[in-house]
Amino acid sequence: MARLTPENVELAHRIIARYPRPKSATIPLCHLAQEQDGWLTDEAMVHVAELVGCTPAEVLGTASFYEMFKRHETGRYCLNVCTNISCQLLGGEELLEHAEQVLGVRPGGTTSDGMFTLEDVECIAACTEAPAVQVNYRYFHRLGPDDLDQLITDLRSGALDDVVPHHGTLGRVHQDLDGDRIANITPPEAQTEPVWIRRHRELAESNDGGAS
Amino acid sequence: MIGTTTPAMPTAPGVPAIVSSRFGVADGHTLEGYRSSGSYEGYSALRAVLEMSPSAASEIVKDASLLGRGGAGFPAGIKWGFCPADVWPRYIVVNGDESEPGTYKDRVLMERDPHQLIEGCLIAAYAIGAAQVFLYVRGEMAHAQERIAAALNEAYAAGLVGRNILGTDFSVDIVLHWGAGAYIVGEETALIESLEGNRGMPRLKPPFFPAAKGVYLAPTIVNNVETLSNLPWLFSHSVEEYRSVGTDSSPGTRLIALSGHVENPGIFEVAQGTTTFRELFESELYGNGIRAGHELKMFIPGGASAPWFFPEQVDLPLEGRVVGGAGSMLGSGAVVVMDETTDAVRACLRLVRFFARESCGKCTPCREGTTWEEKILQRILDGHGRPSDLELLLDVADNISPGPYPVASDPANDLDAVPYPPRQTTICPLGPSSVAPITSAIRRFRHEFEDKIVQRDLIPVEGVSVDV
Ligand SMILES: Cc1cc2nc3c(=O)[nH]c(=O)nc-3n(C[C@H](O)[C@H](O)[C@H](O)COP(=O)(O)O)c2cc1C
Ligand code: SF4
Ligand code: FES
Repeated sequence: MARLTPENVELAHRIIARYPRPKSATIPLCHLAQEQDGWLTDEAMVHVAELVGCTPAEVLGTASFYEMFKRHETGRYCLNVCTNISCQLLGGEELLEHAEQVLGVRPGGTTSDGMFTLEDVECIAACTEAPAVQVNYRYFHRLGPDDLDQLITDLRSGALDDVVPHHGTLGRVHQDLDGDRIANITPPEAQTEPVWIRRHRELAESNDGGAS
Repeated sequence: MIGTTTPAMPTAPGVPAIVSSRFGVADGHTLEGYRSSGSYEGYSALRAVLEMSPSAASEIVKDASLLGRGGAGFPAGIKWGFCPADVWPRYIVVNGDESEPGTYKDRVLMERDPHQLIEGCLIAAYAIGAAQVFLYVRGEMAHAQERIAAALNEAYAAGLVGRNILGTDFSVDIVLHWGAGAYIVGEETALIESLEGNRGMPRLKPPFFPAAKGVYLAPTIVNNVETLSNLPWLFSHSVEEYRSVGTDSSPGTRLIALSGHVENPGIFEVAQGTTTFRELFESELYGNGIRAGHELKMFIPGGASAPWFFPEQVDLPLEGRVVGGAGSMLGSGAVVVMDETTDAVRACLRLVRFFARESCGKCTPCREGTTWEEKILQRILDGHGRPSDLELLLDVADNISPGPYPVASDPANDLDAVPYPPRQTTICPLGPSSVAPITSAIRRFRHEFEDKIVQRDLIPVEGVSVDV
């Protein structure tokens, strides 16, 4: 529960190297911490601050702005029911009520067995497939109450373990960007006119010169 | 249904699939699939562009009049030209934060055809002279992030991204970045703040126009995912072919997410400017009609921020200026259809609640105003509305967006349209957007609000005089 593991610290350094300024890695590193622990702990935020070179308060300031960062323990599965307009029109609010009944918690609450945290969320970009639900940010489209019951059963039984990883896991494929292939990531101060731009500018200038 | 569904994707006869040609291709997201399927050969446009001068490439985008697909519809080529001369570095930020309610197109573009977007980024980077491209994907879109990460890994390995692309002196890195859940981060200056590792709060324009002072205060071009996804087709065809679709002022196609009460909701690539809302709702290719046994009550033509349209507006074309003149906007290509079963107050509250939840809190009229709008609407819906509430609601709204708010015409009551855009007392347009559902609903369905307010007055209260 806590600071990043040595493995994750190494990954953190690789992520930081992708940005002209380390602080840009704040959100990705908070995700990394959340992937490690399932939620974003105070210790992890202190560690992230050390890694990107700012204060822990700045990391907290950033993290607390964003919905996905959970600053307390959540269920194994975050069940997010969209109730925004397109989903509302096709039963999203009723689906949320059904989920409340089945799980016995209100939005924001976690079931006593620690399996589910229920959330009432804004549009998740699946509006043509309403009502839409995400579990740990994996999509389930056009769900009726019975489908939701089945989904909950399958999640409990582990039948969907391949599809839905534990809370905090974002993409399971990562961009793989190492030193050799990086073209030109330096702080903005160190940047100059790109070579191909210069070449074409000089070419145009010499053509102009030749013409006149 | 458990699992994800495939969006339906036909285009009308004579309309090319400019951005959606690989949506139905199983391996369209891989490098091999990108090269061997779709309406053009993947990465052939990049080769062609590398033979041109950067300024010639920019000219093509300008001549094509490629309009931004993120909401404002600003021509991409002209925006690129706003970067101040001789100021380096320049950055590109790709806006993949799609979260405007009703909008579902950038996610499909990223999941189904990530290489198309990457090739688009490369073309833009070459033309502008970008030092680096940041591909900002909404945090909640895990699958899109995986697809883009995999595609970038393939493209780097194939020498298509990174150092000395295809053996030339063109070098650029594309970095996948992802958010963490906040609608306001879709606003371009908030996107930049977020990319710098901060709270996603918009910056004041001026002076912080991204093209002049963007990421790290360097010139930055922010473009939407769909905007850039048009580039590979454009550069493997021609300006003439691009402009032969749609109209002069709105050439090309648009992805439209059609949701709500239609028989066949889906994402459709339609010709801009010529397709009408009626075709979209009724054609078998698209919506296939309002759901059986029901009729159209109202629709949102461009996402939650857009004022509502009504049956009188169905024959308007999907053309930015026409829709703007009629009192709304095409916005992000999100068309939400509501039939007569829809409670206008409930729909209005849900939309307003969205803005109240998503207000970043930086300016008072929006932070306080959206909260009050939600509170007042909620009590009206709950049967606790006060007779003065409608005027109060409009007054709060007027503090966020002063003056007549954009609204559709109402011929039956002899009311004219108020054209888009609204005025604002706020830093960004989010606050004013919260007013769209309120003025739209009250102007048309005032009686629905009043009925809910009056209900309570029907309860006899002995000896108490009701203050009206
Ligand atoms: C509140 C708000 C939210 C926005 N959300 C998005 C978004 O999710 N995606 C997007 O591309 N543009 C969004 N925009 C528009 C962007 O500010 C910007 O205009 C756009 O990304 C520019 O790209 P384009 O010119 O290619 O359309 C939003 C604007 C506002 C005011
Ligand atoms: S209008 Fe609202 S969202 Fe926009 S800057 Fe002001 S408070 Fe933030
Ligand atoms: S409104 Fe529910 S996914 Fe968009």
